[in-house]
Amino acid sequence: MDRAVIQSTSIALVSSVIVFGLLGLVVVNAPGWPEVRNYFLNPQWFNYSLPKIVDAFGVNVRLFLIAEVLILVLAMVIAVMRSLPGPVFFPLRLLATIYADIFRAIPGLLIIVLLGFGIPGLGIAGVPTDPFLYAIIALTLVYSAYVSEVYRAGIESIHPSQEAAARSLGLNRFQALRYVILPQAVRRVIPPLLNDFIGLQKDTVLVSYVGVVEAFRESSIIQAAHFNATPYVALALVFLVVTIPLARFTDWLVARDRRRFLASAR
Amino acid sequence: MSAPVTAAVSAQPALQISGLWKSFGQLRVLQGVDLTVAEHEVVCLIGSSGCGKSTLLRCVNLLEPIDAGRIVVAGEEITARDVDVNRIRRRIGIVFQSFNLFPHMSVLSNVTLAPQKAAGKSKAQAEADATELLERFGLADKRNEFPDRLSGGQQQRVAIVRALAMAPDLLLFDEITSALDPELVAEVLNVIRELARGGMTMVIATHEMGFARDIANRVCFLDGGVILEQGAPSDIFSHPREARTQQFLERIIEAGRL
Repeated sequence: MDRAVIQSTSIALVSSVIVFGLLGLVVVNAPGWPEVRNYFLNPQWFNYSLPKIVDAFGVNVRLFLIAEVLILVLAMVIAVMRSLPGPVFFPLRLLATIYADIFRAIPGLLIIVLLGFGIPGLGIAGVPTDPFLYAIIALTLVYSAYVSEVYRAGIESIHPSQEAAARSLGLNRFQALRYVILPQAVRRVIPPLLNDFIGLQKDTVLVSYVGVVEAFRESSIIQAAHFNATPYVALALVFLVVTIPLARFTDWLVARDRRRFLASAR
Repeated sequence: MSAPVTAAVSAQPALQISGLWKSFGQLRVLQGVDLTVAEHEVVCLIGSSGCGKSTLLRCVNLLEPIDAGRIVVAGEEITARDVDVNRIRRRIGIVFQSFNLFPHMSVLSNVTLAPQKAAGKSKAQAEADATELLERFGLADKRNEFPDRLSGGQQQRVAIVRALAMAPDLLLFDEITSALDPELVAEVLNVIRELARGGMTMVIATHEMGFARDIANRVCFLDGGVILEQGAPSDIFSHPREARTQQFLERIIEAGRL
């Protein structure tokens, strides 16, 4: 057993060194490598831009955190609307379905641009012009459409016998949803929910198009002023540092749920 | 239609089903069921799988809308158009084959949820009542466990306690031992025996013929969507009149279940 582990580990190690070593050799021996290195990996510009980018990244974090809370609420409303049974609720189901269809069909960037330029452009008195506000609204609208589908999958994954048990005790439809269905559904969809939020974190850079000065916009400003793209690499590193822990946490949650499921399946 | 064998003692039967029809698409499951259950009576429904025992119980609990017929519980027609189904269901408990406990809640929360939210009891009152019931059925030490930590027999006993916590007038049991390992069946059946001693009115769909013979005041054999034959357990099990009943019981005996 131990021998097998040592053996497979050393094979993995050797093959990784060979593969990545060869790849590295190909890159550094490419004819354009010196220029590429200077343009993308310049230590001077890296040190210059990183603090500014980290600073501007605070805007992305604020965008992300505010939008996330709004998305969790709006998406739940949409998902519950779509899950209501019976002919009485048909209009609500229709509305929710149209909403989810539209905002999943149109690219997020277009929604951001249409809202961010369109609504302030109307020039109605009292309508705010802050692009940050429209950025949040646009991201919330787009991501709520996706997250509502995640919630809905969770709701539908709860066996109908759970609702039957709740209703048989005299709980009404909304009590059954509130106390029995939703708590189980939400628990089940936490990993895919976190996946969507990793996507949201990255998509905060899109709002730079409507004039929000966030980390990507900051990197572009530095790149344009000094004709050096190292700030983009610095920003990429910032995203890696923030996003990878969340991705690992999500994987860990998925693995934990699978272990629990296997343990409880008798 | 044959008259009920056991005459209702009180003026009003606990449950009166007349002319109940129920189809799922093309499949006619119930084709005119008539059944009257007196207060404190224990009625067992027997019959082959798919004969409509479960559907009948689910109709009485209003979990399935019926196509035609009337169901009257303690004088009130529950199949009338404008009844409050939630109020009706509070009076009629049902226990399912697959337990259907809420897996995200402790045993205590499973039992106290409906008394609090549907019956409007205070948390303290609901917990006190639940604790008393759990003690009565030997589950006091499990009150803080989650359902997946319990054996099948314990889960089913919790499900019975959960139904009892609403203090129903009528309890329905839908093959509640069919999903259990054989050695766990007795502990669940003993709970029902205890309830019968306490005078609970019960309708029990079951494959446990020995148990039915033992506990039932009356046994009803369902076949072809109707109650084909009913009577005292000694009559049904020893001298079945109908050929279909005889056939069914012969197969049960062959399988060693009686």
